[in-house]
Order: sequence, then C-alpha cells, then structure tokens
Amino acid sequence: MEAELKEMLNDLDSIKQSLPDPSNLASSILKLQSRVEHLTKLAKSAPVRRTKVQDMSAEVVDSNPYSRLMALQRMGIVDNYERIRELSVAIVGIGGVGSVAAEMLTRLFFRPEQVGMTKTDAASQTLSDINPDVVLESFTMNITTVQGFETFMSSLRNKSFRPNKEGSGVDLVLSCVDNYEARMAVNQACNELNQTWMESGVSEDAVSGHIQLLIPGETACFACAPPLVVASGVDERTLKREGVCAASFTYYHEAFFPLSTDRHNLGVVAGLSSAKYAEVTATFWTCGYNSLKDFFPTMEMRPNPQCSNAACLERQKEYLLVKPARDAAIRAKMEAEALLVPEGPLHTDNEWNISVEDDTEPERTDATSSDALPEGLTRELPTADEFQKIPCHRTSHDNF
Amino acid sequence: MEGWDPNTKSTLTQIPLLTTKAGPRDGAAWTTRLKEEYKALIAYTQMNKSNDNDWFRISAANPEGTRWTGKCWYVHNLLKYEFDLQFDIPVTYPSTAPELELPQLDGKTQKMYRGGKICLTVHFKPLWAKNCPRFGIAHALCLGLAPWLAAEVPVLVDSGMIKHKDDATSTSES
Repeated sequence: MEAELKEMLNDLDSIKQSLPDPSNLASSILKLQSRVEHLTKLAKSAPVRRTKVQDMSAEVVDSNPYSRLMALQRMGIVDNYERIRELSVAIVGIGGVGSVAAEMLTRLFFRPEQVGMTKTDAASQTLSDINPDVVLESFTMNITTVQGFETFMSSLRNKSFRPNKEGSGVDLVLSCVDNYEARMAVNQACNELNQTWMESGVSEDAVSGHIQLLIPGETACFACAPPLVVASGVDERTLKREGVCAASFTYYHEAFFPLSTDRHNLGVVAGLSSAKYAEVTATFWTCGYNSLKDFFPTMEMRPNPQCSNAACLERQKEYLLVKPARDAAIRAKMEAEALLVPEGPLHTDNEWNISVEDDTEPERTDATSSDALPEGLTRELPTADEFQKIPCHRTSHDNF
Repeated sequence: MEGWDPNTKSTLTQIPLLTTKAGPRDGAAWTTRLKEEYKALIAYTQMNKSNDNDWFRISAANPEGTRWTGKCWYVHNLLKYEFDLQFDIPVTYPSTAPELELPQLDGKTQKMYRGGKICLTVHFKPLWAKNCPRFGIAHALCLGLAPWLAAEVPVLVDSGMIKHKDDATSTSES
C-alpha cells in the first residue's frame, strides 16, 4: 500500500511538470498531493503486525508469547511443544462453536498491537469492537489493598445501569483471578454485599481446573474450608514441580499464549461457568475437571458454621431465618404445578410392567448422612466434632 | 519447617508471636494488631543488631498502618546491595500475607510478579497460612524476604543484572 501511494505521488509530480501552464490545474493537483501524503502517514501509523517468532523459547520476556507453553513442556505436560507447528486443524463451520475453537487456537482476543496496554483496556477495546451493544466498564487496580478494595466494593454497589435493582449493582460476579489473595478479597466483598459469585481456577500445570458457585450463607464461602496445605499439613513443595516458579508464569503478558492445552482447559472452565450461569438451576455447587483423566468430580459444599469470615457467619444466620419460608414457597409452587397435571393414566395398558422411578437423591437433613464423597475423592482430615456424638450413643445404649 | 537452616529457626522462635486476628478494616482491633506488629518488629530488629545481622528498616507510611515503606540490604562478596522495600497490608490480612515488593528489581528476575512483588508462593505462603494469625510482618521478613534475598541477590550480581552502587556508571542502578 505504501509503495502504491509513493508511485501515485511521483505520477502527480510528473503531471504537474509536464503541464505547459500549471496555474489552472496547480491548485487541484496540490490538493491531491496533500491528500496522498496524508494517506501515506495514515498507512504508516496503521497497526503493525507482529513478526513471526522463529524459535519457541522459554525465556519470560514481553516479546515472547510462548513462555507459558514452554513452561508446560518443562513440567512434562507435553513432550515437545515445537511440534505444534507441524500440526494443522480443519475447522468446519465458524459460528458459535467454531469461532471459539479458532479463538482458542490462535488467541484472537488480545491482539499483538495491544502490547503495552493494560489487559482491561485491551479487553474493553476488543469487546466493544466485537459488540458495541454491550456496556463495558473497566478498572485496573489491586483489589487486595485497602483503597483498591473500596473501589472494588463501590464498583459492585454502583447501580448506574439498573437503578431499581435490589442489593448490589450486578447480578453475578465471576472470579477469574490467579491467586489466593485476590480470591479472598472477592470472597470478602461478596460476603459483605450478599452477592452470588463464581470462583474459577486452573492448576499451574494446566491439566485440571475447578469452578464453584458461592451463594453467601447458603453454600460454603471461599474461607469456609482452609487451603489444602493448611488442612492436610502437606508440604506445598510436594504439590509443585521442580524448577517451576509460580511467579514466572504470570510475569509478563500471560494473556498472550496461543495454541495451548492451557487455553483449552481455561475454555472448559470458562465455558462451564458461563453455562452454569445460564442454567442458574445449579444442582451442583462445586466441580473440578481433570483433562488427563477426563474426570469430573462434583460436590455440594455447605457453609462452615465455624467459618473464620465474620460476614459469612452473618449471611449464614440470615439464610437460616429465611430458609423455612423459602422452602415452603418452593413446596407450594411444586404442589400447585402438580395440581395442574391432569389426572388419569397416560397409557391404558402396561404389558411389561414398566415403571418410572424418582432419580432425585433423598434430601439430606443432617450432616452425617452427607458425608459420602463423590468417587475418586478422599478426606484429608478425620471427621471433626466426634466428641459431640458420644453422649448420644450412650443414651441410646442405656435405653437398650 | 524442615529444610530451614538452624539459624533461621532459632531466630524465628525468638520473634514474639501475635495474637489479635484483625485486618485494616477492623477498627480498634486493627490498632491492637498494629501494636503487636511493632512489638514483634522491634524485637526482631534488636535481635538482628545484637547478632550483627541488621538487614532492614521498615515503618508505616500512613497513619492507618496499611502502607509500609523502608529499605533492605544484602551483603554479597563483602559488598552491600540495598533495595527499596514496600508493601500494602491486604484487606484480608492476616488470612493472607502481605505481598513484599522490591520495585527496583522489577523486570530483572523471573522470581517476581509484576511490579516487583517477590515470589513467596512456595517457600513462605504455606507457613504463613498454617500460622495465621500468629505470624506478622516481622515473620514475613524473616521467612519470606530474607531467604529470597539470599537466593536471588548472588544470582542477580553474578549475572550482571544488578551492580554495586560504587561500580554503577548510571544512577538508575542500585
């Protein structure tokens, strides 16, 4: 394009010189010239494409988009990442699924010309280009500091989009952060604001992840259960792989890693959390995903009555107060719906005695009956509060 | 605590433990916690001085005691390398540890998060979590920053990433 414009300028020049009396045409030619010069400038300032990366190096620098991938190789998740360059994928159809697949394979979201921008600014730029109907508000701050936390809280309280909404200004908070401190800050804010949120995470080797729905007071908050290293007493060094420093992952432009299992798994986790939101029914609270074993454990997590978070305990009390009324309302609704169903058999004969059985699990009322864990999970700690059961047993024995 | 040298262990046992579980948003309880923090820090500094191992100065940069600034230094090959030290007390303190920052070393080592936050994930965070709320700033410096400096400064000096202030030609270094 630049070469063409240059040629055009030369042509204009020769026309001007070849004219015997330039006075008539001179002004229009000059105008044309300045226009072409302007275009040349515009062409020069247009986004430059990133040049191809010759070798996929593991060096963690701004200019290397592959460092995270090479870290996965170091951890033994993949044998040789360079081989990705010899592989090709055919995507048939580029709609809802295809575009997401293509996006994961190339990283469309953050663009090379956005290097140097904050991720939030780059994201809102890209997102508003994709869909101008979506109202976006972006913040760049550390939500764990006192000041950042206040800004975070007020941004959640802000109801400028929906002034009549009860509670906070948002319907759901999605926590997609990469560290414990930020998760605890989100937990604190949502407990205080009584805000439903979802927590997500992907393990450092990128092969497993989890999502968790947190409804303050109703389900376990993020502080209800202590971290594994505290609960089990295991040494975190045994959980991590040699030669891998957590800091080196997130150090520079972690958003720029294309073509990775990482993206795939993040996609599973991100997809699950959006799907879960769409469903809202939320029959399961927490689930994990392990892509190596393709194993999908889910479990329900009740709040801890001894949670260290004061706001969580307050929400638990509030929930216990409203629970009977809420349960009654649900029961009444179900009964009303049952009445609407016309009586009478669907089929007049049942030659093979086929019957439909209820597949919903019986409701668990006491803590002991919900002790069973999903397949593949074991408890790290002995069951707590066993001393409380002893007197019960004794009285029942005495009765015998 | 396996794998820690006996020196660090014996120093650690002499730093007073804290008792109040309170963060910067907890009002009067936070003031109590701050007093305990200062007590532990003073005891630790005095211990370092008496062992001829004084290696940091730190104090609150605001009246609320949520922002801390100071200096820390490390002696390598008989040369003293000094760095600015700063950190914020997180809102979820003491459930989560402060993130210690050495802004001058930002971009010079991979063992660091953006903005100069040193990596504490493996060697320190589990210890902090297990000892909440008994550990405070003094413990974070003793078990978090000191081993990091001991591991990283020699590497940074040997690789030429940092220069001693007497050798530095530009003022941007050290």
